[in-house]
Amino acid sequence: MKIIVCLKQVPKRDLALRLNEAGTWIAEADLSWEINEPDAYALEEALRLKERLGGEVIVCSLGPARVEQALREALAKGADRALHLLDPAFEGLDAFNTARVLAEALRRESFDLILTGLQSDDHGYAQTGVILAELLGLPHATIVMQIEVLDGRLKVKRELEAGWFQWVELPLPALLTIQSGINQPRYATLKGIMGAKKKEIRRLALADLGLSAQELRNKQELMRVFFPTKAKRTEFLEGTPEEIAARLVEKLRYEAKVL
Amino acid sequence: MKIFVLAEHRDGKLNRATWEVIVAGQHLAAHLKGSVSAVLLGRDIRGLAEELAAKRLHEVLVVEDERLAEYTPDGYTAALIEVIRQEAPAFVLMSHTYQARDFAPKLAAALGKALISDCLGYRVDDGTVIYTRPIFQGKIHADVRFADDPPYLVTFQAGAFRADEIEAASEPVPIRAIPIDLSPVPIRTRPLEVFREAKQAVDLSSAERIVAVGRGIKSEENLALIRQLAEALNAEIGASRPVCDSGWLPMDRQIGSSGQTVSPKLYLAIGISGAIQHVVGMKGSRTIVAINKDPEAPIFDIADYGIVGDLFEIVPALIKALKQLRE
Ligand SMILES: Cc1cc2nc3c(=O)[nH]c(=O)nc-3n(C[C@H](O)[C@H](O)[C@H](O)COP(=O)(O)OP(=O)(O)OC[C@H]3O[C@@H](n4cnc5c(N)ncnc54)[C@H](O)[C@@H]3O)c2cc1C
Ligand SMILES: Nc1ncnc2c1ncn2[C@@H]1O[C@H](COP(=O)(O)O)[C@@H](O)[C@H]1O
Repeated sequence: MKIIVCLKQVPKRDLALRLNEAGTWIAEADLSWEINEPDAYALEEALRLKERLGGEVIVCSLGPARVEQALREALAKGADRALHLLDPAFEGLDAFNTARVLAEALRRESFDLILTGLQSDDHGYAQTGVILAELLGLPHATIVMQIEVLDGRLKVKRELEAGWFQWVELPLPALLTIQSGINQPRYATLKGIMGAKKKEIRRLALADLGLSAQELRNKQELMRVFFPTKAKRTEFLEGTPEEIAARLVEKLRYEAKVL
Repeated sequence: MKIFVLAEHRDGKLNRATWEVIVAGQHLAAHLKGSVSAVLLGRDIRGLAEELAAKRLHEVLVVEDERLAEYTPDGYTAALIEVIRQEAPAFVLMSHTYQARDFAPKLAAALGKALISDCLGYRVDDGTVIYTRPIFQGKIHADVRFADDPPYLVTFQAGAFRADEIEAASEPVPIRAIPIDLSPVPIRTRPLEVFREAKQAVDLSSAERIVAVGRGIKSEENLALIRQLAEALNAEIGASRPVCDSGWLPMDRQIGSSGQTVSPKLYLAIGISGAIQHVVGMKGSRTIVAINKDPEAPIFDIADYGIVGDLFEIVPALIKALKQLRE
């Protein structure tokens, strides 16, 4: 089974984010980066399918030079090769155009299955995978928590709201968007990290994909970003941990009356 | 200016979120001097259409077809493309539900249009509608607008508008069937049974006090601290998704859109950032306390009491203070 995994590199969680001076995006200069969480689960799922059924896992990411690190990490975990979609014209693309570029790159590969994350941590569109499926004419299922490969078909468990699930069958080739928690992702081994150095990362730019910058005009425009003003007046408790604890207990007892 | 709201339903019931989006549509219509119509897809949906027709709408548009009996992305997309082609709405509004996540981007791509997803609200600035949506899991917000022609496809986050603000109609509005032939449309996915996992062992919905733990706890071993706190408070333990994904706590402790919905008297969120998918499951709690080292964490937006600090310092002090109270 030939499986493609689309992964996005996003700022590490748990970092304090700042905005750039123009207020049009975050300040990216001193950030550290990681693979978008559900994408890491998608990669693991692809590796497990390959281990079960044989085949190849190709990882694909659109982003600036730093993205190579994410691709190397995926190769170290066991992906066979990587595609890096890199061009100044790819900067700041919306979900539609990101999918558009991914589609052009992946059209050139024969594949049985494409896995993406269900949502990115930064833009959080929750769209790119589904658009990609449509552009490639593939059936899809979203928010997938289990994959079974039948004969030429897939049976997948989709998460629904409030603890419900649904099984869905679809033919191959197909695209699935993967939800966090579908598996327990592995760590790269030292051997894997050494081996990854020899694996191919192919760079594809605008011209390689037969696209022009005009074609990639965004359909939605990000005007500005800002820290939201808090709607609720939270009462912040300050002091040493002991003082805070004592004050909270008092508040819960006499104000909130929950103790 | 035609504004369409897509009604969502399952098992013969309209999704509550539909009312919220109708409210969004009614507001938008007031701003832009437009009309709002509901669009309903399915089979045997007369009752639902009548329920919708009791609201102040221009009309209720119904597509009834055997092939829409169960939701599929192919069926819904094909039907909506045709509705949009025939009726030419300027806006198609939806709730950012799991179902909309599943087909709305496909619909947008098939139309060659943009979808602005997960919006918290909008404002009209010089005739242009500007949408606000969360980025970075709600830590930051973004103002976004369409840079393209209509139809404009928008999904709104649950809770972005208040369902109880919906305007009722003085008399039922017209219900109009739109004839669409879906027989040539290939439906590639086959929906099978809907189910819940084996009976949940814990029911957190009736708990009076919940100590909920998030990724900030860092490791499974550190959960001992949370257990002590829960014991001192006589509380149940709940968790955010990553804690359950990692297998540190069973799935049935998960609170949020894909877990349980709770409304205890006291909810302590410890090392939880407050992503919307968590918050929808606990925002009905009476008193919310958040402990988080990040002063910008969205959880503070809904907390009554906030503590900005290291949980590994605060929680032990809190356990001690609670023990003293007992003695
Ligand atoms: C379709 C879908 C469904 C989902 N369903 C759910 C759901 O049902 N429930 C759910 O919870 N999530 C759900 N999620 C995931 C959700 O979007 C968030 O990713 C998740 O809630 C984040 O969990 P968290 O707050 O524990 O982790 P993070 O967002 O990583 O936050 C950890 C927090 O801990 C703080 N912290 C770190 N160290 C310390 C310390 N020493 N002291 C104090 N604070 C510290 C950090 O500042 C941070 O705010 C869903 C997502 C999607 C897309
Ligand atoms: N720049 C990118 N490169 C590779 N994959 C991406 C990129 N952007 C989004 N994706 C994929 O699409 C999924 C959904 O992203 P989004 O639509 O931004 O929420 C992600 O989880 C990734 O799998």
